[in-house]
Amino acid sequence: MTTSQASVSFTTASVGKKVLMAITGICLIGFLIVHLIGNLQLFIGQEQLNKYAETLQSLGGLKWGFRLFMLVLAVIHVWKGVVLWLENRRARPIGYHREDTVQASLSSRTMIYTGLLIFAFVVYHLLHFTLIVTNPEYAQLKDSVGRVDVYSMVITGFSNYAIAIAYLIAMFLLAYHLSHASESFFQTMGWANDKYLPKLKILSNLFAIVIFIGYASMPIAVLLNIVKLPGGGN
Amino acid sequence: MNLTLYVWRQKDAEDKGSLEKYDARDINHHMSFLEMLDVVNEGLIQEGVDPIAFDHDCREGICGMCSLMINGRAHGPEKATTVCQLHMRHFKDGDTIYIEPWRAKAFPVTKDLIVDRSAFDRVMQAGGFVSVNTGGAPDANALPIPKANADVAFDAAACIGCGACVASCKNASAMLFVSAKVSQFALLPQGHAERKQRVEKMIAQMDEEGFGNCTNYYECEAACPKEISVRFIAKMNREYLMATIAK
Ligand code: HEM
Ligand code: SF4
Ligand code: FES
Repeated sequence: MTTSQASVSFTTASVGKKVLMAITGICLIGFLIVHLIGNLQLFIGQEQLNKYAETLQSLGGLKWGFRLFMLVLAVIHVWKGVVLWLENRRARPIGYHREDTVQASLSSRTMIYTGLLIFAFVVYHLLHFTLIVTNPEYAQLKDSVGRVDVYSMVITGFSNYAIAIAYLIAMFLLAYHLSHASESFFQTMGWANDKYLPKLKILSNLFAIVIFIGYASMPIAVLLNIVKLPGGGN
Repeated sequence: MNLTLYVWRQKDAEDKGSLEKYDARDINHHMSFLEMLDVVNEGLIQEGVDPIAFDHDCREGICGMCSLMINGRAHGPEKATTVCQLHMRHFKDGDTIYIEPWRAKAFPVTKDLIVDRSAFDRVMQAGGFVSVNTGGAPDANALPIPKANADVAFDAAACIGCGACVASCKNASAMLFVSAKVSQFALLPQGHAERKQRVEKMIAQMDEEGFGNCTNYYECEAACPKEISVRFIAKMNREYLMATIAK
């Protein structure tokens, strides 16, 4: 008996696509954790954050390698997410007149929407703080030793209510995506069972809350004047 | 009790079909849902109207033929209950009840509330078996199986192939059914030899039939009359990953 004729390529098989979503998703989560720890140095102060930013910028080839890796992860995750969603709509061409939902969480049913909104936010975030396209005036910010003043840039950025609120909303959507995503990861990889699954649901929600509080703390601290521009003004 | 029913009527596979309103009069609380439909059909036959076609066979919750979406729930509002075991005492006098067929591209409607579920049969034909040379039956104790494995395999084997998992899944995914079948074999020594090609072939066939992809909603588990757990989906994902890595 041969197996070859039946084995559709892993990347297009239903379960294979899910595994790709899960692996790229968990790598993105890994990035979120590292990125958060890096950013929280905002609370230590200007010197620390700017030094950190300069170190990252000085990585040269490694930096570009990492950026490319992140891009590939994001493209696979978004692409497979959209394909799954389209296929799933096609699997039920005629719907029900009455349809109940018993235990599927709202976060699980809105993954494609939270996902696409996060994607839109990531594009804006890169244009805003990384490529400095939307607010070109940030490019002039330099600290006393002539480094790019990331510290002042973040505070100036979040002092704008519209921008700060947009970031807060995006972080909420991200946390909402993660509350289903982290639990889903274990199920997709086959590591969930009756004993762990209920605990994974709780842990997944807790993790999402930690990520939200972590990221939201920065715009909130700026809005509440807890972290201030070096001159003391805001 | 008296009820208002909205029932999906469709002459054949090609017909567009529509929801039709019927009155169910003098229904006894002790009747099953299917017996209630029998009463309505008696009335329709006397009026010269084509009776409502629906699937059923054993009427004791074991064959998996009955298959109705009742008020948006596969097999109706009761947990772990097939339609044939659903009693009218769970409804109130004056209730309005929507009755629709399973909806999935892989389960085309053939008439009224009857769908063609042979996609499940083809998934089984793809790998839901153990290849053996049939001879005399082996001694029952010749093949020791740990009690824990036997119990879990039995839980999986409780699946009656009704398709409620597909009907209730927002993605019309067949993962609960296929995973129950894959697990039931993978857990027992007889099924062990073919476990890798089995999971690959059954999943390939499932995809080919046009079922959706699982997104871990777990609506299937809530609808399943045999309470098949979504842990079997995790198990099948693991089986599939192992089979892929092994290649
Ligand atoms: C930092 C950003 C993101 C992270 C950390 C992340 C993480 C995850 C993880 C871990 C999963 C679970 C995979 C599984 O089903 O096992 C997931 C699912 C999903 N993601 Fe993301 N994601 C992110 C951004 C996005 C974006 C931009 C989209 C845009 C389309 C998206 C769409 C989806 C969809 C549709 C699912 C559901 C797949 C399913 O339930 O089967 N995600 N995400
Ligand atoms: S898993 Fe449950 S709902 Fe699905 S076919 Fe088997 S018995 Fe029916
Ligand atoms: S008619 Fe056999 S299970 Fe309902």
